[in-house]
Amino acid sequence: MARSAGALNGGGVAVGAALILLTLGTLGVVLWRAGGASLGPADWAAISFTVVQAAVSALVSVGLAVPVARALARRRFAGRGLLVSLMGAPFLLPAVVAVLALLQVFGRSGIVNRTLEAAGLPPVSIYGFHGVVLAHVFFNLPLAVRMILAAWQAIPAERFTLAASLGFSARDIFRHIERPMLRETVPGVLLAIFLVCTTSFAVALTLGGGPAATTVELAIYQAVRFEFDLDRAAALAGVQVVICAIAVLAASRLVRLSGFGAGVDRVAARWDVAGKGHRLIDEAAIAGAAAFLLVPLAFIVLGGLGGLSRLPDAVWPAAMRSVAVALGSTALCLAATLLLAIAIVRQGAPRWLETAGMLPLASSSLVLGTGLFLVIHPLASPEALALPVTALVNAALALPFALRLVLPALIRIEAAHGRLADALGLTGMARLRWLVLPRLRPVLGFAGGLVAALAMGDLGVVALFAGEQGVTLPLLVQRLIGAYRMEAASGVSLVLVTLTFALFWLFDRAGRHADR
Amino acid sequence: MKSSIFAAGFCLIATTATAEPPVLTVLAYDSFTSEWGPGPAIETAFEAECACDLRFVTAGDGAALLARIQLEGAASDADVVLGLDTALVAAATETGLFAPHGGVPSVDLPVAFDDPVFVPFDWGWFAFVHDKTRLAEAPTSFESLAASDVSIVIQDPRSSTPGLGLLLWVRAAYGDRAAEIWKGLADNIVTVTPGWSEAYGLFLAGEADMVLSYSTSPAYHLIAEDDPTKAAALFEEGHYLQIEVAGKLAASDQPELADRFLAFLLSDAAQSVIPTTNWMYPARVAEAGLPAGFDTLISPESLYLGPAEAEALRGPAVDEWRAALAR
Repeated sequence: MARSAGALNGGGVAVGAALILLTLGTLGVVLWRAGGASLGPADWAAISFTVVQAAVSALVSVGLAVPVARALARRRFAGRGLLVSLMGAPFLLPAVVAVLALLQVFGRSGIVNRTLEAAGLPPVSIYGFHGVVLAHVFFNLPLAVRMILAAWQAIPAERFTLAASLGFSARDIFRHIERPMLRETVPGVLLAIFLVCTTSFAVALTLGGGPAATTVELAIYQAVRFEFDLDRAAALAGVQVVICAIAVLAASRLVRLSGFGAGVDRVAARWDVAGKGHRLIDEAAIAGAAAFLLVPLAFIVLGGLGGLSRLPDAVWPAAMRSVAVALGSTALCLAATLLLAIAIVRQGAPRWLETAGMLPLASSSLVLGTGLFLVIHPLASPEALALPVTALVNAALALPFALRLVLPALIRIEAAHGRLADALGLTGMARLRWLVLPRLRPVLGFAGGLVAALAMGDLGVVALFAGEQGVTLPLLVQRLIGAYRMEAASGVSLVLVTLTFALFWLFDRAGRHADR
Repeated sequence: MKSSIFAAGFCLIATTATAEPPVLTVLAYDSFTSEWGPGPAIETAFEAECACDLRFVTAGDGAALLARIQLEGAASDADVVLGLDTALVAAATETGLFAPHGGVPSVDLPVAFDDPVFVPFDWGWFAFVHDKTRLAEAPTSFESLAASDVSIVIQDPRSSTPGLGLLLWVRAAYGDRAAEIWKGLADNIVTVTPGWSEAYGLFLAGEADMVLSYSTSPAYHLIAEDDPTKAAALFEEGHYLQIEVAGKLAASDQPELADRFLAFLLSDAAQSVIPTTNWMYPARVAEAGLPAGFDTLISPESLYLGPAEAEALRGPAVDEWRAALAR
């Protein structure tokens, strides 16, 4: 048994090393091919815009997510499970589809401006810094809500029972139970969203309204695709990694472990917030978030229905390929995440392991893809490897999200049950099977759904590798738009969104089945 | 899926059973090779006469093609690169990866284009496209556009070929006054998108009155969708010309076949499919003439900068554009 425990830990270290190789290694290959590098004033402007918009987007997303997660944590109502699942959808949307959906609501001829016009008020423009933040909040609020909700539900029900028996008010509960939980959870969520927004480019430029909204990722795209200036691309990608590393360090300094002690995994009944005032606040939070996230989704469905009759034959093979990529990516990512998390939790684990787990978030998928292309091209045809490479890269890119979800849960499991398991001599695979996996199930389900969805939506890597064959759904959408076939494209987008959501829902459901 | 696996299996059996025909690999942009582009028809027609296997390899757009070929260098499997535009020709020539073509038929372009390396296969004018039912009176020049409150959506010249084309258009029309024109246009620009697709999508969604596209874009709506409401605005200073070219790679292991393909590109068989698949003008008008509907399009004066001039202007023009639009 001790040997299998060693094997698990060794696997985690191997995953960490593989991630570093994949992210920094590909960067190194691009840099090696390039030579020296230098950055101009426009690059520095892009760097500062990137950091500021990512920081503001993260703060707003988390600020709004806390009341929504709290409301969802302490209310039970019909359709709650479905709402929680549906609200995760925006995070899963391909960028172009999401932007067009947002514009149906907030754009120049969107419903907000049409309502304002009908009321005789001046229109509001979505284009500008606020538009970038709005879109990023739309994408990331669901992620923030889910991550915080998971932490809320992880507070042992016994704590709330004890608080109720001590006559705690809602404020007392916040101070003694919820605030420590938030202090433990929020930095990680802020970090994840900050890093996602750091690598945004199509959304930032389209809604930013002009060249002032240039992000580092766009500058990399420009350098690789238009100027073939690999020096600059690699230098910018290096800057991106440095920004990531600083953010990871800052977040790890902010995290304080709260030490909740053990519970027996029961859902909390909340007597403290039964009053009308609390209920109204919660209802407003849930309704507001649902409207903000679901109305644009409704437009995607409406727009896509018209295009369903024009679906090209290529849609089904493309759908099969996309699902295959998503499933492969999910299997790979969950296994790697689990190994990595177990290795990090272990006593005396090297500190770089956790940083390695966050690195992919800051990696430019374009640099990653370009580096892999340079490595693979002399050895094999990139076309032949397009789908496996897409699955691998997306597994790596999604790993930080999975890790952010799995790691805190694993820490809690070890804190609550670790000593008993140690006393029982439960180690290695047996510990994994009897202690860890059953308790991680909801988190693994959610993480699996996220990974599958992210891989379904990939456009960056597959576009670089795919040939005439091997078209995935997002690539098909892009080709249809490129051929002016907007209606068919929105039909295929609807197929993509539906399949993505179905995969996500299946995984999430399978996990939450254990959520008694 | 199943049928494509079977097909792949059959191809494998077929290629191992019989003597292998030579393979010509053509690197082209996405929308050229997609089932709605000219790729499939050209592949069928060329294979019928070449006793070879024509394979397309794709990359996103013209700029991506050049980046791809530079990444691969001399180790590239491709024999022909198809879909670079004139703004990229100088940079492509400079890589030294391309070889002179073996002579091709003459072409009918609005400007003289005679390049020893690159063969033009289609062309189009950049233009602002609008919906006549939403915008009855379209501007007639950049100056009247700047003076109006007509909204436009354009592409980023740093990541999109039409975006770069617009910079060269303003430069070719106004020379040193370009910066001033851009300052005037700043308040008309709703937003700048990374590529053509996003911009055209925003326009169709009603986010702007006009979008930077091609003078031939309305032909798609008219011919394929029976929708006559789209039109391109005719600018009196003239319209910048985009010429799309193909070239043979020096490292090709099928140089004769590559030359045959370049010549075939200008044959009636290839040129007649271009207008209604790539939605551009053919470089050589086929004997049957242009398809019905193309006669409704604008025919402006041509503005054009040669490859060397375009390449030299690119950096300064992008800086000028960025400065004028920095808010």
